Amino acid sequence: MVASLPSNAPPADAPHASAGPSGFDASWSGRLEPLLSVGRGAGADLVEVFLERTDHLGVLAEQDTITNVSPAFGMGAGIRVFLGERDGFVSTNDLSAAGLMAALDQALGMLALVRSAPDRSPFEGLPGLHDFAAAKLDWLARCPDLREATHRLLEGTDRLQRHGNHLQARRGSYARDWQEVLVAASDGTFARDIRLHQSVGLNVLAADGDHRAGVGRRYGTSGRPDDLRQWNAETSAQEVCDSASTMLYADYVEAGQCPVVLANRFGGVIFHEACGHLLETTQVERGTTPFADRVGSAIAHEAVTAIDEGLSDGAFGSLSMDDEGMEPQRTVLIENGVLQRFLSDRAGERRTGHARTGSGRRQSHSFAAASRMRNTYIAAGPHTPAELIGSVNRGLYCKAMGGGSVGPTGQFNFAVEEGYLIENGELTKPVKGATLIGEAKEVMPRISMCADDLELAAGFCGSVSGSIFVTVGQPHIKVDSITVGGR
Amino acid sequence: MTRSPSGLDAETLRSRLDQMAARSGIRQWDLGAACSTDTSVQVDRGEAKQMKGAQRSSITVRVWNDDGLVGITSTSDLSDAGLERALAGASEASAFGNADDIPAFSPLATAPLQPLDQPIKEPVSILDLLATLKDAEHQLLESHPAIDTVPYNGLAQRSSDRIYLNSAGACRQQQLTTASLYLYARAEEAGRKPRSAGAVRLAYGAGDLDIAGCIKEAAGLTASHLDYAPIETGRYTCVFSPEAFLDLIGAFSNLFNARAVLDGVSLSNRESLGNTIAVPFLDLHDHGRHPGNIGASAFDGEGTPTARLALMEGGVLRHFLHSEATARAFGVAPTGHAGMGAKVSVGPDWFEIGATPGSGGGQQGLDRFTAEEPIVWIDSLSALHAGVKASQGSFSLPFDGWLLKRGERHSIEAATVAGDIRQVLKAIVGFEGEAVITPDGLCPHVWVEGLSITGDT
Repeated sequence: MVASLPSNAPPADAPHASAGPSGFDASWSGRLEPLLSVGRGAGADLVEVFLERTDHLGVLAEQDTITNVSPAFGMGAGIRVFLGERDGFVSTNDLSAAGLMAALDQALGMLALVRSAPDRSPFEGLPGLHDFAAAKLDWLARCPDLREATHRLLEGTDRLQRHGNHLQARRGSYARDWQEVLVAASDGTFARDIRLHQSVGLNVLAADGDHRAGVGRRYGTSGRPDDLRQWNAETSAQEVCDSASTMLYADYVEAGQCPVVLANRFGGVIFHEACGHLLETTQVERGTTPFADRVGSAIAHEAVTAIDEGLSDGAFGSLSMDDEGMEPQRTVLIENGVLQRFLSDRAGERRTGHARTGSGRRQSHSFAAASRMRNTYIAAGPHTPAELIGSVNRGLYCKAMGGGSVGPTGQFNFAVEEGYLIENGELTKPVKGATLIGEAKEVMPRISMCADDLELAAGFCGSVSGSIFVTVGQPHIKVDSITVGGR
Repeated sequence: MTRSPSGLDAETLRSRLDQMAARSGIRQWDLGAACSTDTSVQVDRGEAKQMKGAQRSSITVRVWNDDGLVGITSTSDLSDAGLERALAGASEASAFGNADDIPAFSPLATAPLQPLDQPIKEPVSILDLLATLKDAEHQLLESHPAIDTVPYNGLAQRSSDRIYLNSAGACRQQQLTTASLYLYARAEEAGRKPRSAGAVRLAYGAGDLDIAGCIKEAAGLTASHLDYAPIETGRYTCVFSPEAFLDLIGAFSNLFNARAVLDGVSLSNRESLGNTIAVPFLDLHDHGRHPGNIGASAFDGEGTPTARLALMEGGVLRHFLHSEATARAFGVAPTGHAGMGAKVSVGPDWFEIGATPGSGGGQQGLDRFTAEEPIVWIDSLSALHAGVKASQGSFSLPFDGWLLKRGERHSIEAATVAGDIRQVLKAIVGFEGEAVITPDGLCPHVWVEGLSITGDT
């Protein structure tokens, strides 16, 4: 069944996205309870409504000019109905009572359920609002305004000019994503939150004859309205320019198998891609993780303890509640090499039996929540970074990592943005063009040393429920052997 | 036509914007709007896994202030309050418009629009979609004993409307229906690693999808990867599948992108037009209006009609992709490849790759199954977002494919292919077989010599 698209003239009761600092409050229970009641009365096991308002600002500076300002705002709802292990999900931009009921009808129809008399519903009403947003209502107003944001960004591109050599292009970008969400479900969930993510990125393209190097870094936090004001443009620009200068004349890496030392911060992408995704219950549901029946078994070297949590103050992947209204936990995934548990959401719990961990996340109302990572990192170990590098006779040091991905059979890959050869226990010349590939089952036992310098880095993760804010992290780690693709 | 069955009404929208703009003292504006309805299903071993529906709407408003500077704002809120706020936001943003690069209305935004032959199909019920996908999954699972699941699958249909309006009277509207099917199977034999592969089909309606072909392709590809072995690291002649070669060209499309040229992040520059950048028998066109392009756009984000454009002929760079602003900077006409923004993005649409007419098309009689030398057949590339350095020209990408040696074919266990796009374009040996229509373009199998392959040995 296909519902009609919204007309150009929304009904009078439809809220709009410019309703002020708070569009959702406890009074919404009166609008949402009938939906939950109807859904349960129709025979659904569980009905969940996710409401969202967003306010985005993107600014781009190139060289010494602001070249693009792109504000956006919106609103929408996602309604999900569960029946056994199946579910139907409908999203809409129409938040009027009629629009929401039409979306519910469509979701019920997907499961061959139809409305019945309201008095036959077992739904008993929503409790009081669990309001995580109350202390956050002024967050948006406390963020830098457009003028301040453009000034800070131009400060960044100016610093790039001061520190860089052979720069053909300089870019700074700023993104501010504000989101208010309300989750109501027939199991008694009724919670509201406000999220604020800000990130700033600097990129350069250095060119000298045939030599070219493109380097970029992005820094991000959550829940800190002052983030852009606190951003250290000088340090960021210096880091980007240093890397570009180094990589401009770097040779391509020699391909083959070798030991690798991965730096802290964004080096954590290796765990994210090689193992983290495979510990989400969405992968258990699909039968695409080799670890499905390995809880309690060693799946990694005993040096490895890995954690996923949504609690670190200001981290990009932190949450007061997940997108299903559950407070996040600190979830120990692997302890001393032994698999402890999976990341789970509502659907994951129903389909795999793994208890929810506050990991139900989605990009927006148009995606059904799925089990996703938050702040994910390998815990610090006992060594120093120098000990790790000193233990390698000939290998690769990966100082800065790019993005990566994992396939349906557990094969992962990620790019090395800034690499150095390790020769006789010391860093020597810079190399570029490396891609690391491998399989989770094989690489996890090869992470044999962890240093004592755990740090986190902001990132974006794209998967089944869209692109979300995450943190990756680790201390310096050593992988005894991995395939390095190159030329 | 200004009113579509979806309810998106161009004239009403224009009237509302005219009134609001007048109240705000805005004399010049334009607008891009889109509405869509989607339904989709996923299955898991004979059961419905998830069924989804979505109604989406969005509008981007662009305004020119009294100083001629441009600002934009986007919203999904089509209420009057939402549009008012969008106009106000665009006005505020216009104060930060770039005086050195001001977009204008496309001179072609009111040019005649050639109709596209795009049949509008009625959607089928989601329960019918479900039944179809369950059956497809069943057939795929039955096709080979080693195929145990189809972990990634989906059958979807969409009905959409797009509108472009401007205060100078331009009015574009396009209605479209599309459907897609993807089946990605996983197979495993005792004592061996799991392997996977998949196939995709597009059509204007769910009833038109080549489901049998998709099942057959997914089954054949998945089974073909069961017999796998590592490959020795070294340099090989590679045969790119049409999909893989189109992916590679798409990843380096800044070669042809006038916006990237002006920004200094392209591998080309203003003087590159007329230069030989590939073998003399390679033609490359952008041809979004090709009948094989399901979901083709009749106009771009600025209302410019789409058209076939020669990017490379005989290996010579002929034209860049343009928006209104970049075209003005180059002194040419817009090409129909613009997005919408204060800074307007430019991007390719759908590639057509093949031999230059009359050139002979490089080495003749190429057949990867009878070649004497070992051949690496690259079926699909992965992780392009991470492994491509577009502004540097280099790539290092994982791939799925096979090693062909004197007629024998073995799947490659895990490997990467690395190179430089400028060297690849000059190392093309020739083409094998007829050009094939894919979701991203039209292309034959392409032979390239001397590429670096790293194996997992």
